[in-house]
Amino acid sequence: MSDHKTMTLTLIVWRQKNANDSGKFETYTAKNITDHHSFLEMLDCVNEDLIHAGKEPIVFDHDCREGICGMCSQVINGAPHGGQDRTTVCQLHMRKFKDGDTIYIEPWRARAFPIIRDLIVDRAALDTIIQAGGYTSCHTGGVPDGNAIMIPKPIAEEATDAAECIGCGACVAGCPNGAAMLFTGAKVSQLALLPQGKAEAVARVKNMTAAMAECGFGNCTNHYECMAACPKGINVKFIARMNREFLKAQFA
Amino acid sequence: MILDGKCPTGPIEQSWDKHRFDLKLVNPANKRKYNIIMVGTGLAGAAAAASLGELGYNVQAFCYQDSPRRAHSIAAQGGINAAKNYPSDGDSVMRLMYDTIKGGDFRAREADVWRLAQVSNNIIDQCVAQGVPFARDYAGYLDNRSFGGAQVSRTFYSRGLTGQQLLLGAYSALSRQIKAGSVTMHTRREMLDLVVVDGVARGITVRNLVTGELESYAADAVCLATGGYVNVFYLSTNAKGCSVTANWSAAKKGAFFANPCYTQIHPTCIPQAGEYQSKLTLMSESLRNDGRIWVPKKKEDVGKLPAEIPDADRDYYLERKYPSYGNLAPRDIASRSAKEACDAGLGVGPGGRGVYLDFADSIKRLSEDTVRERYGNLFEMYEKITDENAYKRPMRIYPAPHYAMGGLWVDYNLMSNIPGLFVLGEANFSVHGANRLGASALMQGLSDGYFVIPYTIGGYLVTVKPGAVTVDHPEFKKSIEDVKATTNKFLSINGKKTVTEFHRELGKIMWENVGMARSKESLTEAIKVIPQIRDDFWKNVKVTGTGAELNQQLENAGRVADFLEFGELLARDALHREESCGGHFRVEHQLPDGEAMRNDADFSYVGAWEYKGNNKEPELHKEPLKFETIHLAVRSYK
Repeated sequence: MSDHKTMTLTLIVWRQKNANDSGKFETYTAKNITDHHSFLEMLDCVNEDLIHAGKEPIVFDHDCREGICGMCSQVINGAPHGGQDRTTVCQLHMRKFKDGDTIYIEPWRARAFPIIRDLIVDRAALDTIIQAGGYTSCHTGGVPDGNAIMIPKPIAEEATDAAECIGCGACVAGCPNGAAMLFTGAKVSQLALLPQGKAEAVARVKNMTAAMAECGFGNCTNHYECMAACPKGINVKFIARMNREFLKAQFA
Repeated sequence: MILDGKCPTGPIEQSWDKHRFDLKLVNPANKRKYNIIMVGTGLAGAAAAASLGELGYNVQAFCYQDSPRRAHSIAAQGGINAAKNYPSDGDSVMRLMYDTIKGGDFRAREADVWRLAQVSNNIIDQCVAQGVPFARDYAGYLDNRSFGGAQVSRTFYSRGLTGQQLLLGAYSALSRQIKAGSVTMHTRREMLDLVVVDGVARGITVRNLVTGELESYAADAVCLATGGYVNVFYLSTNAKGCSVTANWSAAKKGAFFANPCYTQIHPTCIPQAGEYQSKLTLMSESLRNDGRIWVPKKKEDVGKLPAEIPDADRDYYLERKYPSYGNLAPRDIASRSAKEACDAGLGVGPGGRGVYLDFADSIKRLSEDTVRERYGNLFEMYEKITDENAYKRPMRIYPAPHYAMGGLWVDYNLMSNIPGLFVLGEANFSVHGANRLGASALMQGLSDGYFVIPYTIGGYLVTVKPGAVTVDHPEFKKSIEDVKATTNKFLSINGKKTVTEFHRELGKIMWENVGMARSKESLTEAIKVIPQIRDDFWKNVKVTGTGAELNQQLENAGRVADFLEFGELLARDALHREESCGGHFRVEHQLPDGEAMRNDADFSYVGAWEYKGNNKEPELHKEPLKFETIHLAVRSYK
């Protein structure tokens, strides 16, 4: 058990009333923070102080607070999710900061993610990409026994690596081009690896990459910032796999 | 009133097949004339919306998150049960039914549980076809593991991410229907009222969480797949947005709330570290497959490092008390045993509220790599939160509120007592009785969504004329006015305490008086104090901002206001149920060895409560439970 000595921090936070407001940074002080506070609990404390003072609390997306729903989305000191390896904002803990630190907090910034308010952005574009083909077109019922489709363990494992994506959009926020290639590549790869997904592989990669472009996402120029930002450690090899699938689709 | 669950009669093995045949069908050409509202898009809601859309109905789906992929089903880690019997270890549909009824301490309906067990196998097939990457063995076949309350390996899993993978499967099916135009998805909407016209559910009022606008939606049937209510304890394993609000709004319009006192306290959660804490994090109970739970035998050892305590001075209490199930005893038993050990002063960690979950033996037996392969993500999560490496020293765990077995009352068709209102998944009360077994929540959500509601809703829809009521009906206007009045009230009080302060205060009362061990005194106290907190809330809460914008404090105020009413109902139900069963443990009713003592003669019924108005006592209705296939017996895991 570490002792509960407390920290005082200076927060410089992006405040923006709505999509049309130009927005600006505001400065706040976070007091009595221990190293067991999660980053969001630290913000909760700041918000409680703001409410007591009759001021508008900082709004941010969050839900499960256990690193799996993908709702939380903040750029902390320039890094999506704060830059700790394989960690979402909600799993980031204050023990990673020191007393007296100044912390910059911003929303995801990307053309395809318009800001709704403060630290909340609209990520509907990610749903649009999945709707373009991120599924197998099986009906409810009328499918074969689960064991009738055998899948070698290494294939199942690699598909799961890709399927771990939580759809938070950190890859887009981290990419200098605002690309969603890692997000899209992970879904394309998961389904291309599995026998269930092969039947529709050609149409899927074409439709999903087209949706990506239509939504205003950029393209990959191999910065690998997406992988560095990804809280689930999704590997850029899935972008390479998507590119191969895309190339194959041109000749299909 | 004596409630009738309208269960099919005759041999249980044929009950669901017979019922499906007896249900009237909606002609394919007529399906598109019907509108269905689906509130909530977790496992049950997404699966149902996708399946109903595919059948040809017009579905309007709603979720409070920014995407249907984020519902809290996603956080389920361990697995999903099915009676496939792939390992040939003696499983069957009947055994899965038996385990579920027994695990639920004989407080669930037999016919519902049989159906759940029967369709469990279809769920696995469905998910595989969607591309859900279940764990496989080296031959390429589906792998299984064991879970609490069963002596067979029937749990299918995908690393520690089963809920995520199943939800993303359902989300992909839903996305396909959104693209096809059969489902219209409304994200960032919260249901605040149910609209009932002439006793029939006809629509909902929702708040657009981005603009603050109140919107009306009308339909021929309304389905609630809105999850559970254990955030009434403030600290729980649920997501921050989980609430009872949608269900409570239906209850206030006449839907009966069944067995609210059946709440599950999950044994393997990370203990609380401080007062500021906003939620508790669960770690899959699958950890109990390979972890051994213990506390020091001597009080003077609790402050020592675990490695300094020799084996002889450790009490592996579950293995000692329940030799045949050991560390895999059902959740309620495992949780209560941990509380007992801590109450006896043997708890470890901050505040003495923790027990050890030790992997040293498994690492020795299997290697660290094997343990990492099975539970790597859980160990990683534990380290992020506690800064401790569980490969090197045992985890500390403590029980936390996790799941609600109670919920809105439904009949066998999943329809509530309000015609046209259906309730799916955790939001209903139906199959888990007084205690849910591990890996059964995902099973129920998907069973209700993929394989039950698509059949049973048709049986209702053939009886109604499509589009009979539209949003122009005065009841919709009235509903909007009512919600607006409540919103304005929240914003006008301008008191001294924040919404979260009230929620914490309620949670503390609930946890201490209505938690793992309940007594007449503690419950009476809760029923006295909760209305006081509620009064204070309506005089002294402070909500900033306006109603015409994104306002998270306002959202939260509504949820906490509902918990302040619902918490009292939960305590009342617990007080009336003079017995101990499953997750409901009354200290007055226990066997000499501390086990739960049921009272089948007086309490073998579903207790369904009718709302009678604010600050008025609710009225209890009963649905007697009959056990014809599985005989009532004292639950024993020794």
